[in-house]
Formats: sequence, structure tokens, C-alpha cells
Amino acid sequence: MPLTMTTKRRLVTAALLAPASAWLFVFLVLPFIAMVVFSVGERGPAGGYQAAFTFAQYANLPARSAAYWNTLMLAPAGAFLCLLVAYPTAYYLAVKASPRHRLLLVSLVVVPFWTSLLVRTYAWMYILGSRGIPNLLDMIGIADVRLLNTPGAVLLGIVYGYLPLMIMPIYVSLEKLDRRLLEASADLGAKPLSTFFSVTLPLSLPGVMTGVALVTILLLGEYLIPQLLGGGKVFFIGNALVDLFLQSRNWPFGSAIAVTLVAIVVVVLMVAMRIAWRISGTRQVDLV
Amino acid sequence: MRALITAVYLFLYAPIALVVLFSFNAGRNASEFTGFSVEWYGKALANPFLITALQNSLIIALVSATLAAVFGTMAALGLERLGSRARAVFDGLLAAAIVVPGVVIGIATLVALVAVFGAINPAIAAIWPGERPPQLGLGYGSIIAAHGLFTMALVTMIVKARIATLGRDIVEASADLYATPLTTFRDIVLPQILPSVLAGFLLAFTFSFDDFIVAFFVAGSKTTLPIYVFASIRRGVTPEVNAIATMVLVASLLLILIARLLMREKTRKSPAGE
Repeated sequence: MPLTMTTKRRLVTAALLAPASAWLFVFLVLPFIAMVVFSVGERGPAGGYQAAFTFAQYANLPARSAAYWNTLMLAPAGAFLCLLVAYPTAYYLAVKASPRHRLLLVSLVVVPFWTSLLVRTYAWMYILGSRGIPNLLDMIGIADVRLLNTPGAVLLGIVYGYLPLMIMPIYVSLEKLDRRLLEASADLGAKPLSTFFSVTLPLSLPGVMTGVALVTILLLGEYLIPQLLGGGKVFFIGNALVDLFLQSRNWPFGSAIAVTLVAIVVVVLMVAMRIAWRISGTRQVDLV
Repeated sequence: MRALITAVYLFLYAPIALVVLFSFNAGRNASEFTGFSVEWYGKALANPFLITALQNSLIIALVSATLAAVFGTMAALGLERLGSRARAVFDGLLAAAIVVPGVVIGIATLVALVAVFGAINPAIAAIWPGERPPQLGLGYGSIIAAHGLFTMALVTMIVKARIATLGRDIVEASADLYATPLTTFRDIVLPQILPSVLAGFLLAFTFSFDDFIVAFFVAGSKTTLPIYVFASIRRGVTPEVNAIATMVLVASLLLILIARLLMREKTRKSPAGE
């Protein structure tokens, strides 16, 4: 029996989607279910997992409240600092920079994002460490300055690591801005500053929103920056998770924390989308 | 304004430059540049642990990026042919694969695989005729699977965006001229999406090559380059670490530059813009 056109079409569609679907199911959906199951289990006598149905792990979450506190304070604070540096930069790139150099300048902003975060963070360990800036300060008579392993160092690392990701969406929204609006505003007698606040800034808000949401969400799961620049003193949820899974081997408790982390990410994402819809239609972000 | 921008670029590049500079330092002292030398590169490259880690990273990045590029492109092509409801479910899963933090992906994969291996290994042992039954465990496979999850979603997004800019009319014209769907795909669609697929592959490769946190959980006894670098940093900052870091930087820099060139080629060729 020859296949009809529609059956054949469906078969091809199914074949095209089969590998990706299988991958998503086996390595995303199933692991997530396994994690939820582990989170209501008990810790085995030698670590690891023992089957159970209990919410004891969730009741125990306050034991790691410092990690939640640090993450929920420093991730938004870091994103905000990032924004303070990123906005003027994006504005310059989109509005002031000469078109001849624009592409190169934008590339120079994006490229660091795709190089190893580990190496880039390590560079700051080097600069802030005892043989870096404190050493130089020591030479001019300011002794015993400690920069590494402080919340400030972590924030600096965050701004450094995520600046490109914040600049890009803002740049995209500013670049799409209709120049005639700015001219119209000037023609109607608005001063440059008032044009900026009543035209440019509101129209770039979707980009700002995307950048803040992206950076905040990535920061919620951050491990390397607090690990290398916070040195165990300023730790995030990610650091608690590494400790629970790879050092103290309390998998059920770790799973419960991981589940709450996903829940936090989902809430932040939903709030961001809600705000984005209110500001305007959604915009695609150019990550590359 | 100018001064601020200069400061931003300095901020972005000075720390990297410093690491590169000190990788050529002749002395062991990390705060004083005593002379130019490539000695530390020699030391690093003669280190068998580093070479093994590098090989592991290359194999994992190559395999996971290839799978991601092929499956991701297939998915992007298939999604277009899907009904709106099924497409929404698929898009949601792809978004989840991208948004869920790497640390959670690592944990979830670890937990699930350990549970599966715990069930399968005794079963294999029970039916294995020989003396030493094979044991499934963490390693290449688990890292490739976990990296491929994120990068496949990434490739799908990139290729999907490219397909959205293709005019349907050219595909229909091809069909009207009696080209079979396969011919149309090979001669019309594929050449137009190929730069995006390649760019997606390179980004996937770069991600896998640079990823630390996902691999940290699911690597088992295997060591990837970032895991090796992380362990070295914890042992102490030495010029050798700087040399390794510089090599990692140069490798990912090259990859991202090629990817960007490919993406630019794509935008230049299509008059429709992005």
C-alpha cells in the first residue's frame, strides 16, 4: 500500500524530531523527575540516597539559609551593578559610535562572554590576591588590604563576567530605536536630557528588562565566581550544592535545594516576562 | 563618554592581558615580571595530566557539538512542520534546557544516571556469562549527554531563527518546478541554513570546551581541561597555570571569531536583515 502524502509528511516530521525529543526526555525530563524523587528521600547510612517519602529535607532548608541569603542579595545587586556599567556602554555603541567602528566595538564586547569564565575569573583572583593590588598598595605604604574573599570581590567578578550579556540586549533595543523620534523630540524643543528620559530610556526598557532577567537567572546558579573570589566565605546556592553532592554526600538534601533553585528561577522568569509584556511586545535577544 | 567607554574596554581586556603577560614571565614570582620566557608553556605541555585532560575535552566537545548540530538542525526543521500546540510544548522544553542553571543540570543528570546504573549493573552482572561483567558508569557518555542537552537547544534556537527569515516562496517555487522535497532541501534550504548550523556547532563546541560546572558533577573519574585548570588554581597560582589559561583563551577566542564571521556572512547575504 503506497503511503499517502500526509502520512509520509508526518513520518518525516517525526523522524526529524525523534532524536531531539528523546534527548530532552532522557536527559532533562527524567533527571528532573529523579531529582524530585531524591528530594523526598532520606540520606543513606554511607551518604547517597535511601528511598522514602518525607519532607524532612525541605524542612531542613533553613540550615543553608546563608547560601539563599547571599544568592538572593548578591545576584540582583550584581545584575544592577552590571546594568549601571552596561547601559552607557550600550548607548555609546548604538547611538554615538561611528558606524565604521561599530561592528568591531560590538564584537569586542561579545567575544569575552564566549571565552572561559573560569579563566576570566581566575584573572581577578590574580589581581585581587595578596600578590596583586594589595601588594602594590603595600609598596606605597598601605598595608594589610584584603580584597579577595569579600562580597565586593564577588560583585566585581559578577560585573566582569556578565557585562557582555547585559550590554547586548540593551544595545539591540537602542539600535532599533527610530532616530526620527529623537529628532522630533528635539524639534519640539526638548533638551537632550529630557529627550533621553522621555523617549530613549522608555523605548530601551525591553532590552534592559531582558538583560537584567538573563543575568539574574544565570547568577542564581553561579558557582565559580563565589568559589574563586569569595573563597568559601561568600557562598551561593551553587556552592552549597557542590558541597552537598561532591563533598558531604547528602544527596536528598542537595536535591531539595536544587528543586528550590529551579523554583526560584521559574518565579524570576515569570515576573520578568510579566513585566516585559507590560512594557511592550517580547523581543528576541541576540546572544551571539 | 569616551573616557567611560575606554575604561569599559580596559576593564574587559586588561585582566585577560595580565594573565597572558605573566604566562611569559621567566621568574616564578607572580607579581614581578623578570623576563620573557616560554618555559612555562614547555612545562605545561610536558605535563601528561594536562594532555589527557585536553584530549578528553576535545573528544567530548567534538562529539557533543556534532550531535547537537545534527539533532538541533533536524529539530529546527521538524518544528516548522509541527502543529502549534505540539510546537509550544517542544519550545518550552528547549527553553527549559537553556534556562535551568548548569549546576542543576549537572545534579539532575548525576542523580538520574546513578539511579539507572544502580538498577542496570546488577542486572547485567546476573546475566553476564563471563567472569567480569561490564559496569556502566559516569564518564565520556554522561558529559556528552549533559553538554549536548544545552547545546542542542542552542543550535535549535539559532537555526530556527535562520529558517524564520527564509522566504517560503522560494521553497514553493522549487516545488512548483517539480523538485522533490529532498532536492529542494539539498539545493535550496541547506545552503541557506548551513552558516547558522556551522556557527551553532562552533558555539556548542566552545561551550562544551569551556564548561566547568556541568562536567564537574557528571565526569566521574574523567578529567576535562576546565576541571584540571580548576584543580590547579586551588593548588596555587603559578606561571604554568597562566600558560594553560592563555592556551584555553586563545582556543576559545579562535572558535568564537570563526563563529561570528559565519553569522555575519549569513546576515550580509540575506537582504531581509537579521
